[in-house]
Formats: sequence, structure tokens, C-alpha cells
Amino acid sequence: MKKYSAFSLVKESFNNHLGWEKAWKKSHLKKNYKIIIVGAGGHGLATAYYLGKNFGIKDLAVIEKGWLGGGNTGRNTTIIRSNYLQEESAAIYEKSRLLYETLSQELNYNVMFSPRGVMMLCQTEHELRAMKRTCHANRIYGVDTVMISPARMKEMIPIINIKGPRYPILGGLWQPRGGTARHDAVAWGYARAISSWGVDIIENCEVVGIKKNKNKISSVQTTKGDISCEKMCFVVAGNSSVLAELCGFRLPVESVALQALVSEPIKPVMNCVVMANTVHGYMSQSDKGEMVIGGGADGYNNYSQRGSFQHIEETVRALIETFPFISRLRQLRQWGGIVDMTGDRSPIISKTPVDNIYLNCGWGTGGFKAIPGSGWATAELIAKGEPGKLAAPFSLERFKEGRMIDESVAAAVAH
Amino acid sequence: MLKFTCPYCQVEADETELTPGGEAHLKRMGPGSSDQEFYNYLFERKNPRGIHFERWLHSYGCGKWFHVVRCTKTMEVFGTYSAQETNPPKKILDIVKQRISFGKKIK
Ligand SMILES: Cc1cc2nc3c(=O)[nH]c(=O)nc-3n(C[C@H](O)[C@H](O)[C@H](O)COP(=O)(O)OP(=O)(O)OC[C@H]3O[C@@H](n4cnc5c(N)ncnc54)[C@H](O)[C@@H]3O)c2cc1C
Ligand SMILES: [Zn+2]
Repeated sequence: MKKYSAFSLVKESFNNHLGWEKAWKKSHLKKNYKIIIVGAGGHGLATAYYLGKNFGIKDLAVIEKGWLGGGNTGRNTTIIRSNYLQEESAAIYEKSRLLYETLSQELNYNVMFSPRGVMMLCQTEHELRAMKRTCHANRIYGVDTVMISPARMKEMIPIINIKGPRYPILGGLWQPRGGTARHDAVAWGYARAISSWGVDIIENCEVVGIKKNKNKISSVQTTKGDISCEKMCFVVAGNSSVLAELCGFRLPVESVALQALVSEPIKPVMNCVVMANTVHGYMSQSDKGEMVIGGGADGYNNYSQRGSFQHIEETVRALIETFPFISRLRQLRQWGGIVDMTGDRSPIISKTPVDNIYLNCGWGTGGFKAIPGSGWATAELIAKGEPGKLAAPFSLERFKEGRMIDESVAAAVAH
Repeated sequence: MLKFTCPYCQVEADETELTPGGEAHLKRMGPGSSDQEFYNYLFERKNPRGIHFERWLHSYGCGKWFHVVRCTKTMEVFGTYSAQETNPPKKILDIVKQRISFGKKIK
């Protein structure tokens, strides 16, 4: 792998930039691997990366039915934060945020992590109280957040309307170290790193069947042929129930569409991420100047990667009172992804009913922020066969045991 | 936008007039059931990429729950039937079968 640096940039410029190599190699499927990861989204790639980095396991294949990063990893609004209410969530999301801080240096790939700050609006008395509670919880778990006043918020974002009338702004929860990153770059950066170790990334290759011997997987059937492996982990977000069905069990997960949109690019008006949980909308401004807007998920099962039209309207409508200027903007693009929702809105990183199959799913509407931490925790689970401290609370068993990690109240909006 | 005909009031209702209610024909488990059965009932879902039997509420209409058979991949709607029916009617199942074999043919 050629290192990216100012020096290599200058050197290549003398060569009309023709000497750059492909970020990751096109590989051919071998007959056998130690570990197979299904799904080349952020979580699958990060899992492969930390398997190599933390455990020295590089006899791996990452199998992807479409193109690398073409799932939710390439479709999200890139918000990174760790101000969750529950201790278990704070631990894994904060670990992830910390890894993001140095990810560009570590991967030698600019993931454009921008800790511009995440501001959560409080627009009802109830929400104000709930956010104060979250703020206290964050402090206990070592997540850096503070409550800020409406006046301070207006100072930070002059274009915001704090006066209502319907949903005046009563305060805000501010996480200065949250922010955004370039979503594609996160997938590409991890892919480049693992490919340089000889990990095979196979695109356009769908897993279509699983062969089991007793309670163990013996081979994986793909559209490019059968492969045998010692262990398999599926990390396929919205398609988790489909993979589980192939493996012979069911999951406490439902797949629904979540949409987002961007406006035409405008001059800088907002330098942090703003989330309005009560009215179900959130917004940030991309480096290109587009306003990136997202909202709530659809309510019905869907695998079509397209959502309902009225949701786009609802999302924009929700934000207009607080940001009147967006009513004058034109929409540039709109898209959807299929997200995997669990009942408590927390992910699943777990062993499964099949001995050597592992599972990472359930990130739903908010897993981009978790990519590095989740990869870290899942790699440990696969390598050791038992979950470490980060992953243990997120096992499948928690539903049966009534040990929910309830983030549905704490994070009312999709993000 | 999804459109279903409500089997009660026969109105062809837009999705905005309706509320989705998830997988249909779940068997309710309660006291006396095993932990596994109760877990299956509460949490485990088929969540198929394909034919889905589901419940919808005609919330801005007659206010009644009814059943829909729909494909989650193509969004094709195969039919609706009342909430009192504990199994999908044969008429709708036949339509589903026909459409599936049609899909296989064009593939
Ligand atoms: C509109 C939208 C906005 C969002 N906004 C945010 C946000 O602001 N902040 C945040 O933190 N999160 C956000 N999310 C959530 C986040 O995008 C996801 O949680 C995260 O990207 C999931 O990553 P993943 O690697 O698990 O899944 P994916 O990136 O979806 O990867 C799964 C991969 O598995 C592949 N696959 C599926 N089935 C098979 C098979 N049978 N064989 C082989 N491969 C298969 C798929 O093709 C896919 O590439 C948002 C999501 C959406 C849709
Ligand atoms: Zn009706």
C-alpha cells in the first residue's frame, strides 16, 4: 500500500497523478477462510480491521452482495455523538467516538472527522427535564456534555429561531466533541487497510445459503461458489432477518425505510449539528454547503430502499419553525436506506443459536457513529468466542431476560 | 404511497390515512406459556424480504384494524381482509401464488 502524504502528493503531481494504485484490490474467492464476514458496510469492514489489528487474524473474507459501502453506510447523515442515556450505550458509543478522533491518522485515510459539536434542542418542558437527566447520566459515564441556554444557542447559531411560537427553544444539550465524518471514506479507509494485509473483499457476491453440520456452520453458499470457514459473522443491517432465516433462527428485528435529503448548496449558515427530537428532524451543513436533513423512519416493513413521500415533507415541516430559511431552499437529492430496528433501539452484538455464527445488527437509525467501536467489540467476540465488556450487554439473550437497554425514550428521533 | 382498500368501509385509503401495526396472526402468549414462547410472541418477527401478512389500522377512517398481504420487496399489495379472520383467505393466497409463479417465469 502506497502511503498518502503531502510528499506523495507532490511526487505524483510530476506524474500527472497516474501512479496512484487502487485503494483496495479486486480479489477472487478462495475455497476456505478462517473467518467470513458477510456485509461490506462500515461495521463489517471495521470488524475485519480490528480482527487483524487487535488479534492478528488476517485469513478473512468480507463478502458483499452489492458494492462496498453501498448499504446504510453510504446512505446516512453522518452524525457522530455519544450522549446516550444508558451506561452500556455510553460505553460503546464513546469508545467509538474516541476511535473516530484518530481514525484518519490510524488508517492513513482522511475520513474528514469534524468534531463540530452536536446540539440537541429542548422544545418542551418535558424534553428539557429529560435532557438534564441525560446530561447528568453522561457526566457519570465520562461523556462530555453540558446544558446550554437559549441565548447561548442563538449566539452560536444566529440563524436559529428560538421564539416558537409552537415549539420555543427552552435549552439545549451540547456535546462539543460530537460532529460528523465522511461516511464513504470510513468504509473506504477500512477497506484499504484490510486489503493491504491480504484480506479478500468480494463485491457483487451474495450469500444465498448456509450448510450446517450438527449445530455448526460447515460452508457458506454464495452466488460465486461455496466457501468453508471456521467462523462466520453476519453484519448486514436491514437484511439481518434474511440471513438469520438462512441460518435457521429468527431475530427480534424489523426492517423499515429511513430517508434523508439535502438541499441545494448555500453559504455557511450553521457550524454544528442540530437535532430536534420532539418534532422529529435534524440538520447539519455539509462541507459543500448543502443542508443535510433527516427525520423519522417509516412504520412498516420494507426492503425496497425507498420510503414514503410524506415523510420527507413531515421532516422538513418539522424544522421550518426553528429554521425558517429552509422554506426557501430547493431539495437537491433524497434517498432511503433499510434499517434494522430492535424493540429497545439498541444494537445486537452476539453469539447466535448456531455455535460458530456471530451476529452484529440492530443499529437501526444510528449506527454510523458506532462503526469503529462496534468493529472493535465484534472482533473481540469472534476472536475469543465470548463477548468482551463492550459487547456483553448487547447479547440476543437480553430480550428473553428482560434486560433491555432502552434508548427509545432517550433518542426519540432517528439519527 | 401505499394504498389499501379497507375491508370494512370499502374506502381506498392512502397510507397517510392508516397506521401500520406490524406482523399479523401472532398467537398471543401469556401466563402458562414457556419463556421461549413468550419471547417469540413479544419479540421475534418473520420480517421477510417478500410476502408479508400484516395489520393496519384505518385510523383516519372507520377506526378499525384489518389485514393486508403485501410484498416488502416490490410493495405489491395482494389484498386485504378483516381482522376477524384468523387465517388468510384462500382467494388472496391464490393471487399470491399466481404472482410468485409469474415472477419466476419472467426471471
Ligand atoms: C437515511 C439514514 C440516515 C442515517 N443517519 C445516521 C446518522 O446521522 N448517524 C448515525 O450514526 N447513523 C445513521 N444512520 C444509520 C447508519 O447508517 C447505519 O446504522 C450503519 O450505516 C449500518 O452499517 P452496517 O455496516 O451495519 O450496514 P450497511 O452499511 O447497510 O452494510 C450491510 C451490507 O450488507 C450487505 N448484504 C446484505 N445482505 C447480504 C447478503 N445476503 N450477502 C452479502 N452481503 C449482504 C449489503 O449490501 C450492505 O452493503 C442512518 C441511516 C439512514 C438510512
Ligand atoms: Zn375503514
